[in-house]
Amino acid sequence: MVFKLFNLGIMDYKEAWELQGKVFGQIKNNSLNSALILCQHYPVITLGRQGKEDNIRVLPLELKRMGIGVYKIERGGDVTYHGPGQLIAYPVLDLGSFKKDIHLFLRQLEESAIKFLSAFGVKGLRRKGLTGVWIGQRKIASIGIAIKNWITFHGISINLKKNDLDNFNLIRPCGMDIEMTSLETILGENIEIGRAKEIFIDKFKDEFLIPN
Amino acid sequence: MVKVILPELGEGIQKATLSYWYFKEGEKVSEKDDLVELTTDKATFNLPSPGSGMLTEIFFHEGDTVNVGQTLAVIE
Repeated sequence: MVFKLFNLGIMDYKEAWELQGKVFGQIKNNSLNSALILCQHYPVITLGRQGKEDNIRVLPLELKRMGIGVYKIERGGDVTYHGPGQLIAYPVLDLGSFKKDIHLFLRQLEESAIKFLSAFGVKGLRRKGLTGVWIGQRKIASIGIAIKNWITFHGISINLKKNDLDNFNLIRPCGMDIEMTSLETILGENIEIGRAKEIFIDKFKDEFLIPN
Repeated sequence: MVKVILPELGEGIQKATLSYWYFKEGEKVSEKDDLVELTTDKATFNLPSPGSGMLTEIFFHEGDTVNVGQTLAVIE
């Protein structure tokens, strides 16, 4: 098992998208089995395959004024927002080396986030038919993935900082009228992103049985 | 003639929604080209072309539900 970790900082969405493509190529030509890209994004809105532009509540001109880009991408799901207060994890895994099961992979991603939240004493929950991780009726982690040649890309975002949540008002997250929450909102204390990333790496490896 | 069949996608997954054709009927495709994309839950899945030739007939279109084992198209 050749695993590579990219523990990166805040970066443009497009840059991270291109990096996933590069890592995907390395996995496809067998120089790697699996990789995890961790980063944060400058404010951006992405529309997945089921994405409807109606689910963006503000006009394109207004988004431009705010410096928020919009990308239509090949992941599953509707619209979402990413910002610097989220932990973004893009697992690029050859499911041929794990298990060729799309739903199992989604559940394992949820489980990584549930274990991560548990390390902070927070109980994350699943809701039937609503992929992601929830705290009561509020969503804390969103998932949207793509699979080619049984190699995964795109991934999961976990809301850490509370000051990023306002920007979710720009959209109808996942095409629904749902409220988002963050780890900071739940705990009422500052979350340090570097430490959060270390914990996530540990829980992710544990869930996918990737040796240290 | 090669049939494009929706393979097993995992335990308990019986169907998926066709979300994108990379080629149109009548176009030439090569083996392993990304041919068609399907969606299940919050995941998209690309099915590579199982052979080379002309995509002569497409049986399902974007938005249609396809069952595992069904034939999506024919390549000749």
